[in-house]
Amino acid sequence: MSRAPLLYVGILLTVIASSLGLLTLPERQLAGLEPVMDEEGVARPVEPGGAVAEGRELYRSLGCLYCHSQQVRPEGFGADLERGWGERRTVARDHIHDRPPLLGTMRTGPDLANIGARQPSDSWHYLHLYEPTVTSPGSIMPPYRFLFEERRQVLGRPADALELPAQADGTVRVIVPRPEAKALVAYLGSLDHGYAVPEVP
Amino acid sequence: MERKAQAESAAVDRDEVLRRAEIDASCRLPVMAFFASSVVWLVVGSLLALVASWKLHSPGFLADFSWLTFGRVRPAHLTVVAYGWASMAGIGALLWLEARLCRAALPLQGLLLGACALWNVAVAGGTIEILAGRGTSVEWLEIPPFWAGLLAVVFLLVTVASMMMFAARRVSHIYVSQWYLFGAVLWFPFLYVMANWLIHMNVVRGVTQAATNWWFAHNVLGLWLTPIGLAAVYYLLPKILGVPIYSYHLSLLGFWTLALFYNWAGTHHLIGGPLPAWLVTVGVVGSVMMLIPVATVAINHHMTTKGHFARLKESPTLRFTVFGAMSYTAVSVQGSLTALRSVNEVVHFTHYTVAHAHLGVYAFYSMAVWAAMYYAIPRLTGREWPSARLIAVHFWCAAVGMALYWIGLTWAGVEQGLQMNDADVAFLDVVRYTVPYLWSRSLAGVLMTAGHLVFAWHLLRVLLPGERLVRGPALFGRRRAAEVAS
Repeated sequence: MSRAPLLYVGILLTVIASSLGLLTLPERQLAGLEPVMDEEGVARPVEPGGAVAEGRELYRSLGCLYCHSQQVRPEGFGADLERGWGERRTVARDHIHDRPPLLGTMRTGPDLANIGARQPSDSWHYLHLYEPTVTSPGSIMPPYRFLFEERRQVLGRPADALELPAQADGTVRVIVPRPEAKALVAYLGSLDHGYAVPEVP
Repeated sequence: MERKAQAESAAVDRDEVLRRAEIDASCRLPVMAFFASSVVWLVVGSLLALVASWKLHSPGFLADFSWLTFGRVRPAHLTVVAYGWASMAGIGALLWLEARLCRAALPLQGLLLGACALWNVAVAGGTIEILAGRGTSVEWLEIPPFWAGLLAVVFLLVTVASMMMFAARRVSHIYVSQWYLFGAVLWFPFLYVMANWLIHMNVVRGVTQAATNWWFAHNVLGLWLTPIGLAAVYYLLPKILGVPIYSYHLSLLGFWTLALFYNWAGTHHLIGGPLPAWLVTVGVVGSVMMLIPVATVAINHHMTTKGHFARLKESPTLRFTVFGAMSYTAVSVQGSLTALRSVNEVVHFTHYTVAHAHLGVYAFYSMAVWAAMYYAIPRLTGREWPSARLIAVHFWCAAVGMALYWIGLTWAGVEQGLQMNDADVAFLDVVRYTVPYLWSRSLAGVLMTAGHLVFAWHLLRVLLPGERLVRGPALFGRRRAAEVAS
């Protein structure tokens, strides 16, 4: 080959074509997606704000996405629904507020698309974040002790303190979630895509 | 008459050798700066990999430092090896290959040295931000926008230098390696700027950001690293074997089908996800069509090497080249199969994908770039590699480490996927099943890192002044003595 212009133009055309096809087309196709009203008249999905938005940033900052997906695959494709990870498959509408969507590509840990509905207990989340094996024996999730303050005295502890399981020598330890832990748990609690959408009958 | 012709051809040869030496001299500083930096990042990236790998089976390890939590070390590892090691080694290799193939001196040497320094700053800045918790959690685009912008600006200099060499070329025929290199220097800035802009500035919204993410992340392998790796293989095979590439037409078909199909393959990373079905189907089709360029290139490389495989025993460059070329075929065929919905249903979301990624970036790309470095560095510096044994140690650590890595995680990933798709198996039992294989990955990582340290030490010996100058090329076996004697 000795025609340089052909080379340049061909190289650029191939990538421009794919960016139009894979990026511009879906952007146009999905641009009209709006929230839906649930039975209580709440627009779903809810736009994250306050502690939930802060928690979402923390989820990004800590890289939770590298082990947890947030997408429920459709019926007959994998066992996501059978595992109880959601009541329906995830749809594009669920992510209209997400910048960026945190779909994830790994399931070293379970999917979290509906963790707020599946595990509504805040104290479970706090214990699990502090020491995952307390709630989930055999878990290889890292402990996030740096999101908590650990205290030994039981008297005069704050209202949001949690007691850890007693150790062999009987000492009682309590942990107090820092604001970051509270934000993260608020975000996890908000993850619930159970509302009805027209895409999934 | 015949004698006169002989004398003329000898004069031409001498001119040719002198010109080649001039071209190599023009590349020396910038290319060696990129190569040396890349090797530093290779070592840093390997250490980050070991920390991340260790944490997966022993989660208590270094758990109380927020900046070393798994979710930060893992993207830091990716950033360092993709943008520090692979890209800087690739830029070094492509600048040198282009200068050689255009028979033109490397232009903008001072600016390119500055580009190398700034690139290092951007990779360091981006990595520190990720460890500090300001990574973006967009895979392959974790570097925050400021540092990513710096990388993009710096890269334009590489594109400009490439086009200047191309304009100044002294040969009218454009060799196949150059097609791939021009693809790389035009595709990468387009992909990188578009993806960063569309996602981080929220130009596209919702799941289209995910489509953009995987359009980029897959293409950064297929249209940035793969073309450099293939350009190196296409250059080195005929150079070492002294034979031309088997078929020009296969080269042509291989290049243009790669350009056409690879572009569309990325959305196979979203099979089963909340995207329009057609978008994912396009990704599956693009991925399966990749069998054409892959088979084409494989046949072309195999037929070129056929009859010369014995040379693998003596030539370090050839050994790395052939390992890389064969891995290209393996990883690509695996990729096409993985994009099939039935396979993807099982292996998506598992360690299988991690093994697949390393087969591409490590077994193919890194091996091919090491081949280029082993070949180019003596010619750039005028100093031979001091020890054939150290090269052999590097090769076997990398090859055995990679094999162990791939076998362990692929097996674990398939089983992990099958168990996850059986709702009767408790999730924590699936986790427990994978743990021994996560240990095997750490072991593999230790081997690979050992190989990298040996390579870095060897390179340091080439670069350090005062090292005894070695005569004759570093070849495996007893060839060097014979080579020096002759």
